[in-house]
Amino acid sequence: MPKITVNVDGVAYTDEVEPRLLLVHYLRERAGKTGTPVGCDTTNCGACTVQLNGVSVKSCAMLAIQADGAEITTIEGLGNGGWHPLQRAFNEEHALQCGYCTPGMIMAAADLLRTNPHPTNDEIRQGLEGNLCRCTGYQNIVRAVRRASEAGAAT
Amino acid sequence: MTAEAPAPQAELGRARTRKEDARLVTGQTNWTDNIVLPGMLHMAFARSPYAHARITSVDTSAARAMPGVIAVFSGADFPDQGSLPCAWPVTPDIVIPGHPPMATEEVRYVGEAVAVVVARDRYSAADAVSAVEVEYDPLPPVLDMRAALAEGSPKVHPAGNKSFTWEFSGGDVDAAFASAPVVIDRTFRQQRLIPSAMEPRAVVAAGAGDEYTVWSATQIPHILRLMLAMVTGTPEQSIRVIAPDVGGGFGSKLQVTAEEVISLLVTKKLGRPVKWTESRSEGNLTVHHGRDQWQHLRLAADRDGRVHALDVDLLADMGAYLMLVTPGVPLLGAFMFPGIYKLEAYRFACTGVFTTKMPTDAYRGAGRPEATFGIERMMDDLAAELGMDPLAVRERNWIRHEEFPFTTIAGLTYDSGNYEAATARARELFGYDTLRAEQQRRRESSDPVQVGIGVSTFTEMCGLAPSRVLGSLSYGAGGWESASVRMLPTGKVEVVTGSSAHGQGHETAWSQIAADKLGVPFEDVRVLHGDTQISPKGMDTYGSRSLTVGGIALNAACDKVVTKAKRIAAHMLEASENDIEFSAGRLQVRGDPEKGQTIQEIALATFAAHDLPDGMEPSLDSEATYDPDNFSFPHGTHLCAAEVDTETGRVTIRSYVAVDDVGKVVNPLIVDGQVHGGLAQGIAQALYEEAVYDDDGNLLTTTLADYLVPSAVDLPEFTTDRTETPATTNPLGVKGVGEAGTIASTPAVVNAVLDALRPLGVTDVPMPCSPENVWRAIHNAGGQGNGGAQ
Repeated sequence: MPKITVNVDGVAYTDEVEPRLLLVHYLRERAGKTGTPVGCDTTNCGACTVQLNGVSVKSCAMLAIQADGAEITTIEGLGNGGWHPLQRAFNEEHALQCGYCTPGMIMAAADLLRTNPHPTNDEIRQGLEGNLCRCTGYQNIVRAVRRASEAGAAT
Repeated sequence: MTAEAPAPQAELGRARTRKEDARLVTGQTNWTDNIVLPGMLHMAFARSPYAHARITSVDTSAARAMPGVIAVFSGADFPDQGSLPCAWPVTPDIVIPGHPPMATEEVRYVGEAVAVVVARDRYSAADAVSAVEVEYDPLPPVLDMRAALAEGSPKVHPAGNKSFTWEFSGGDVDAAFASAPVVIDRTFRQQRLIPSAMEPRAVVAAGAGDEYTVWSATQIPHILRLMLAMVTGTPEQSIRVIAPDVGGGFGSKLQVTAEEVISLLVTKKLGRPVKWTESRSEGNLTVHHGRDQWQHLRLAADRDGRVHALDVDLLADMGAYLMLVTPGVPLLGAFMFPGIYKLEAYRFACTGVFTTKMPTDAYRGAGRPEATFGIERMMDDLAAELGMDPLAVRERNWIRHEEFPFTTIAGLTYDSGNYEAATARARELFGYDTLRAEQQRRRESSDPVQVGIGVSTFTEMCGLAPSRVLGSLSYGAGGWESASVRMLPTGKVEVVTGSSAHGQGHETAWSQIAADKLGVPFEDVRVLHGDTQISPKGMDTYGSRSLTVGGIALNAACDKVVTKAKRIAAHMLEASENDIEFSAGRLQVRGDPEKGQTIQEIALATFAAHDLPDGMEPSLDSEATYDPDNFSFPHGTHLCAAEVDTETGRVTIRSYVAVDDVGKVVNPLIVDGQVHGGLAQGIAQALYEEAVYDDDGNLLTTTLADYLVPSAVDLPEFTTDRTETPATTNPLGVKGVGEAGTIASTPAVVNAVLDALRPLGVTDVPMPCSPENVWRAIHNAGGQGNGGAQ
């Protein structure tokens, strides 16, 4: 079996993996990063979004071996020990209910703010189009991302 | 110690951010699929590729030989697998077919489980599923409800395709129609929906001997425990069910599923823990679906808009089997078709029909959205027929605020409401008159983009439910809820609730109630739920019942604590119990502010039990079970402005105003969130979602690429507000909010689309009002689109 080395949330892992192992299953079941959930099998829902070398990816749409050598940040590492401004904003604006989409939504929003630090509401909606939420109707998610952007989350 | 307890800010009505979020935003969650146990095996199911077929053989030998496979079972390996339960036999002659968790003789929908593979890991289990060889003798599918009831139709079950007919009537319906100057006669389709909670279902089962634990992504751990015991014959006291963090339900996890039963049976057989997690595609096939009705409605009215009678005839698609509350769902609508209106006569009939599709069951609103859609569409059509303003027609017929309590023609007694206030507020926020003026301009200029205004003035029955009413409707259980309060020696508080949250925010709202009632800090309250060992009694979460039943149980449990604390305080302070006043967590002697104890001090003194009144049990804990006397009746007025491109059929929601009256509000942040999410789901039914089966009975919408759960770009910014007419039937004055948005919004949106298109001769657009359906409706009506190419 091929061997990969990845850095996940600041910790280096070297593991033998089946070539077909999805990155999200590697993260959840091998690296123990269960904060990243799986919501679908067609890359539509975005619940499994993580950052790979600083760019958001849907970790169900990638094989673990494709991540060899990469630096991965999950929702568990985003705050670097504390809460990232987006995590705070999601709490303050009540941008989550069941919370299942939240890790992916926050990771996608972080990438949006990286490329567009001060998005309009429409740009936020466009930017999060690949992440589905069934609970909130998105209104408070939009507010939370805007609040985080105003707090300088991108910097 | 007589230090003043800090006077807390009022907790009820405060926009507290949620306690739950700390784990949810940081990924420290406990989803069922996260659970890993020593020796745990993974299950995967072989499922029917046919809508209807006889099973002629199941050969598991090749699958058994696959690497990593521990066992493969078919239904024949579990002769005692039992039948999945239906708890709502709505009529004495209802047909409830046997429903084995794994089919043994016949399959009746695509996706029905036939065999289960148990393997060392999920990939090996999935591999081996394709090696299970099942031979089928195909039978004709039964896909259309009307055809299913016709003479000579192939039968889903030997007893035929009709499950039941349930009827209700009040007043002289025939006389009302015979003398009515105006009769509106319509047939509406409630399309089939897939609930689509973001967390797919998952189950873990473990244990041996007389101790089994089942973790499940369920809304109903308590009901599931009881049903697992009844279905599998496992003694109830040997089963513990845990609902860990649950990622949404919307009714779809109000179910006792084949996979839950099989998980328990397999773990019993193998003596190893097992896990099953569904894929989304598997879930779209096999999580119960919602809605799916034909509604034939007739409404009798005067030319001045006064409505006299309503006649409702429903066909409700049960799918292939009756699951937990399948037949009861459309009947909840029986009580809601009259809506907020004063009718003199009403008739309701519903026939439950079997088809070879996934069974239907509760989906957000459960019967009430269908009914509200029906009556609100009819009120708009009546207004159009009479050339009246749709709000004026409603006002002519609704129950005026001074007429409460009001017993409707359907037999419910609405305790309170103020439809005038909610409508006035919605009108103002919406800019109703300005939008009507714009609509007129666009009509006159034959603008290719027309504007429509949709109205929905709705009510719903929440707080399911008074047990006696459930009994009279033949439901198999009660509708009470349980709560207990544990006063810990340090003065901290544990609240145990039988309600089982899966996104609603109970940990926060229940903390607010306990903090308010007991006068303790919000932070000092911990709320425990979702585990039958920790919270042994409960009826769980559905039907907007948590606050209106479970919250009232908690309120009563807190009252008991305070009552006992007063007796202890009187003893400690050497005062008469009648002279002890309780306020903001402090018990003090009337007229002597220096003489008092905090409730925390009383808790410690009770724990020590050194000096309690003679004969008193040394415990300040309490338990309460609350059975409501009546339902609660949230209401509201929703107004939708939709732009309809008559050339492309595309519908865009321009503005949406929701003014809801949910009575007293415990946490406005949570209430607004519930409304937002409810609106999204109701709008999704109006515009985007439909579970589609092909002519062979294959589900075509198995993925989120085909089944269009809306994204952020598909939904508008909502304007929400509230009026507050407290419920008079419970001490908190609360009504429930979980389903309001979904119930109200579907007719508001479709009414807006039709309001835009009526000048083109369009009288109906089937849901979802997709560009194709809208475009076809315009062209079938003879319109080519205003100003469009001819």
